[in-house]
Order: sequence, then C-alpha cells, then structure tokens
Amino acid sequence: MVFYSQELSHKTEGDEVHLPDGFLSHSINAATFVISVGACAYGVKRVNRNFGEREVPLMGVTAAFIFAAQMINFPVAGGTSGHFLGALFSSVLLGPWASLLIMTIVLVVQCLGFADGGLTAIGTNIFNMGVIGALGGYGVFIFLHTLFRRSRKGFFIALAVSSWFSIVMGASAAAIELAASGTSPLKVALPAMAGIHAIIGIGEAIITTTAVSLILKTRPDLVTSYTEKGPTREKAV
Amino acid sequence: MKRRFDGFVWIGLGMALLLALFLSPFASTSPDGLEKVAETKGFLEKGEGWTFWKHAPFSDYTLPWIKNEKVSTALSGLIGTLAIFLIALGVGKLIKKIPTKKVILFIFFCCLILFSSIVAYAEAAQFVLTEE
Repeated sequence: MVFYSQELSHKTEGDEVHLPDGFLSHSINAATFVISVGACAYGVKRVNRNFGEREVPLMGVTAAFIFAAQMINFPVAGGTSGHFLGALFSSVLLGPWASLLIMTIVLVVQCLGFADGGLTAIGTNIFNMGVIGALGGYGVFIFLHTLFRRSRKGFFIALAVSSWFSIVMGASAAAIELAASGTSPLKVALPAMAGIHAIIGIGEAIITTTAVSLILKTRPDLVTSYTEKGPTREKAV
Repeated sequence: MKRRFDGFVWIGLGMALLLALFLSPFASTSPDGLEKVAETKGFLEKGEGWTFWKHAPFSDYTLPWIKNEKVSTALSGLIGTLAIFLIALGVGKLIKKIPTKKVILFIFFCCLILFSSIVAYAEAAQFVLTEE
C-alpha cells in the first residue's frame, strides 16, 4: 500500500479500457452496435430458456462482482495498468449468453453512470468485450475443455488460456476497429494493443482461475461449466 | 423469495462491496492498456475533444460533493456495485418472467430510438466541434 501511495497521489481523468467517444467512425459504431443488439436479443432468448430460480440472483451477484473488480486497476509493465474483465468468469458461472448480458449491463452502467467508455462507442464496447470476449472466449474454453477430455486439470488450463484469449481477442478487435476508423494504422495499433493486453491477460487469467477455484471449493454447483460427466448446459457459440 | 436469496448471494455481494470499498481507492492510476497505446501512438487527443454523454452522475468514479479522493472513489464504487446488483437482478427477473418475444421487441425498440438519437446528436456534436 505504501508502495503505491505516490503513484496514487494524482487521479488521472478517465481510466478507461473502454473505447471513448471520438476514436471510432460512425459506420464502425453502427455496424458493431447492430451486431451487439442482435447478439443480446438472441442472448435474451437463450437465457430465458435456461435460467432457473437460482440463476437470477447469481446473475446479480456476478455482475456486481465484475463491476467492483473492474474498478481495481493493477499495474503492469511500463507505467501502464490493466483491470479484470470478467467475461470468462461469468461465462463459466452462467453460460456465455448470460455473460454477454452481464457485460452489457455493466458497460451500460459504466457508460451512463461513470463516464467510462463513450456512449457512441457503446455498441463497439459490447462487441469487443461481450461478443468477442465472452462468446469468443467461451468458444476457446469449450474447445480446450473438450480437448482435455473434461478433466479437472484441463478445466483450469482451459479457463486460464481462454480468459487470456478473451482479453487479447477483445483488444485485437479494438485495434482492428481503430484501424478501420482511420484512427491508427493496423500495423501500429494491432501489435501495440495485442502486446500490452497479452500482459494484462495474464492478470485476467490469474484472477479468473483463482476466483473460480474458490467458488468450486465452496459451491461447486454454481459453476455450470464444470461438469466431469454430463454435457455442459450451454453449448459453444 | 427468502429461499432464493440463499447464502452465496450475501457472501458474493459482500465480497464485491468489500472490493469496491477497500481495494478500489488503492487501484493503480497509471494509464491503462488502450490509453497507453493511444498516448504512444498519438491518437489520444482524438477522444478528448468531446464526450457525448455529459450527465454521468459519478463521472470517473468520484462523487462530486466529496473532496477526499479515496473516500469519493470508494463510495462511488459502493453505490455502483449495489446499483449493478439490483439492475442485473431486475433484468434477470424480467427476462425470466416476460415472454421472450416481447423482451426482444422491447430491446429492439429501445435500441432503435437510442441509436437514431445517438447518430443524430453525434453528428450535431461533431458539427459544432468542427465549427469551433
């Protein structure tokens, strides 16, 4: 704590991993917005079918936890910070579609309530973190989990690797959108974004595996993706 | 009602609130991944010209009426966490109870309105910017 205190003394305005207004062109915002809305609508359908009595409060708690954890920026190399995303964390607990909805709720509240991420870029942020992060990341998870034959060890390896991927894929998508908007050329933006988020992704992987293993120890029934016998409740994307 | 709010809800919510209260004020304030890239690659100023939504009550995770930064961040985190919990709970309940088709129609309707207004305002805002 003492170690941090100097760097804490000034609070910079706008600590945002989320894309602010003005970085992206309207066409990119519009395209990702339409995709995100479509995905959310389908997500509502899936969640409606799969949710039981227990999942609703769990959804509230997971969203609250993700919001709180996203506030905590941890320092990574070179005077940069990163924070937890939680896309894979919520996917593993509630399935990818509920996770998409949770990310959407968190992003909308962050945008409207806390000026974190621009309102015009909301569709892009949901796309990067919900569609790419949660759905894409969960696809990687399912692939690896079946590759490891659903063993306990394989579950954690799949969890760590896919949560790393969810961050890096989301950041790469952001870089591609920035390039497509003419903000920064792809050659520059992609390596820079992917590079720094590869480090942030390690933090994400550590936090996700720790949190999920804690939950598995105390309430294994809450982790829907952790099934050693039967098929998982929700299939991959 | 009471049985559904079983132990894990309180434990999980309590942990989230503790995180928001006691850890968020001590989070690193260095620029994060995207900001750093924007800074070094020289497109940070692009995002500083304007913000579309100016009525965020807790802009940048602070309460405007509290001077102490740490207390301010902690309290805004506390409020946000509680709000997110209630909103997600409400959304979950809605999704479960209301027939899907209605929810989807409603979402599409909201999005259409939101989107058209955003595009209209965004263009107006950028117009004003270029005028200046």
